[in-house]
Amino acid sequence: MEKFDVIVVGAGLAGLATAWTLAAEGVEVVVLERGDYPGSKNLSGGRLYLNPVRDLFPGLWDGAPLERTIVREGATLMARNRSITFHYTGSELRTAPPQSYSILRSKFDRWFSERVEERGGMILAKTLVTDVIREDGKIAGVIAGGDELRADVVIACDGVLSLIPEKAGLRAPGRAHDNAVGVKELIQIDPAVINDRFNVGDGEGAAHLFAGDITKGLFGGGFLYTNGESVSLGLVVSIGDIAKEEAAGDVPALFEAFKARPEVEPLIRGGKTVEYGAHVIPEGGYRALSRLHGDGILVAGDSAGFALNLGFTVRGMEYALASGHLAAKAVIEAKKAGRYDAATLAVYQKLLEDNFVLHDFKTFQETPRVLSNPHLFGHYPELMGNLMRDLYDIPAGPKSPIFTTLRKHLTLNQLWTLLKDAKEITKI
Amino acid sequence: MTDIKAKLGLNVFKPLPAPHIKIKEGMERDSRLKAAVRGCPAGLYSINEKGEFVLTIDGCLECGTCRIACGTEVLDWNYPEGGAGVQFRFG
Repeated sequence: MEKFDVIVVGAGLAGLATAWTLAAEGVEVVVLERGDYPGSKNLSGGRLYLNPVRDLFPGLWDGAPLERTIVREGATLMARNRSITFHYTGSELRTAPPQSYSILRSKFDRWFSERVEERGGMILAKTLVTDVIREDGKIAGVIAGGDELRADVVIACDGVLSLIPEKAGLRAPGRAHDNAVGVKELIQIDPAVINDRFNVGDGEGAAHLFAGDITKGLFGGGFLYTNGESVSLGLVVSIGDIAKEEAAGDVPALFEAFKARPEVEPLIRGGKTVEYGAHVIPEGGYRALSRLHGDGILVAGDSAGFALNLGFTVRGMEYALASGHLAAKAVIEAKKAGRYDAATLAVYQKLLEDNFVLHDFKTFQETPRVLSNPHLFGHYPELMGNLMRDLYDIPAGPKSPIFTTLRKHLTLNQLWTLLKDAKEITKI
Repeated sequence: MTDIKAKLGLNVFKPLPAPHIKIKEGMERDSRLKAAVRGCPAGLYSINEKGEFVLTIDGCLECGTCRIACGTEVLDWNYPEGGAGVQFRFG
């Protein structure tokens, strides 16, 4: 029977970060990955913000397969027949070191796994973990491919469905309203065309978010990230909302309608779709997190629920990297103590609080609830769109005074709703 | 309407030795499965002429939307065995 110091379930960012950190300390670590190769089951939007994690992984970033530095941000509010867009760019986005990059996970994770192996971490691909081994109330290992593999600690980095923590009794299955489904097409476009179309230079890229009528009033939105030679175009919808009886259409149809919008179609024109993927995204924030540690087990990344949607930014990968790194730190502490019980492993919780991870989740614990206000996905985009239409409209006859136009849309009733929603917005 | 099957055909899939997700026996008419018909990104759930929900596993993106939307009372939900199923080249 095989026995390791540490078994990591899943070669995503959390799992690879754990193994990368542990291997440097000479801890015997094996990463079990169900995909054909590391990265082959992994999919993100995807955009990585480096500032929070750069220093946690010294020397890793040089030579990393990152796609483009994001130097332009865009957001579009979509009404049924019109839209409002804004763009933001600034010298701060072009100053080294860059704040964020677009990224393709299959490429990046495969490369990251090679860096782990260089340090002596072991990665076993094509290996599905089907259960945990429980002994005297503690997690003593896993069942993988029918074999028993034992370890002092199991680190569950098995992704958003979090089946390993569920089997270990740390959590119940994820709930529909705490999760969203994201679908994405990878569309190849000539790099020079990307530069021209998105107003960027070589190696520079754009990120664009879309919200409103594209999800037909359901919680969610669209995204576009430029990669080196492609764009990632995707749509995210709340699973709780799409499950409702009155939901308009299905996910594939909503995505096709989004692609066909006049605001989107020219951005991908002439491109060639080469992959279509989907991924569930934890959207529940702090309240929906899994228990993070137990006897002989830690939970990191999506498996813990570490993803945070703040409307303008949607982040998960930094939390995966940081929580994986901190899980490794916790294991190193526990190894010094020679104990791997829940009380000893609780140092993980403290590390997450002292670092930015749990800090952010606490700061933004009201945000998921506030952002789930359906007004944001239907009512306000329509209101803003109609206001724009009338402000820009030049009729055949005389034009109304601007204040009259404003009052037509911003009625007392309307302002009252706005005020109530604005009161909620103060909590984000 | 673009054919979802054509889109799924762009992906690399390694053969599945057996379906990894099944509608549990006796649950074929359970209304909770409606959520999977709307939510499945690959459009793999449908209703047949007998009013039963049907799942075609080929093309599954292993996202887990159906597990979360419908629950494990109606679905027997597992990942495919190691090395099988969708393999993202870009991700």
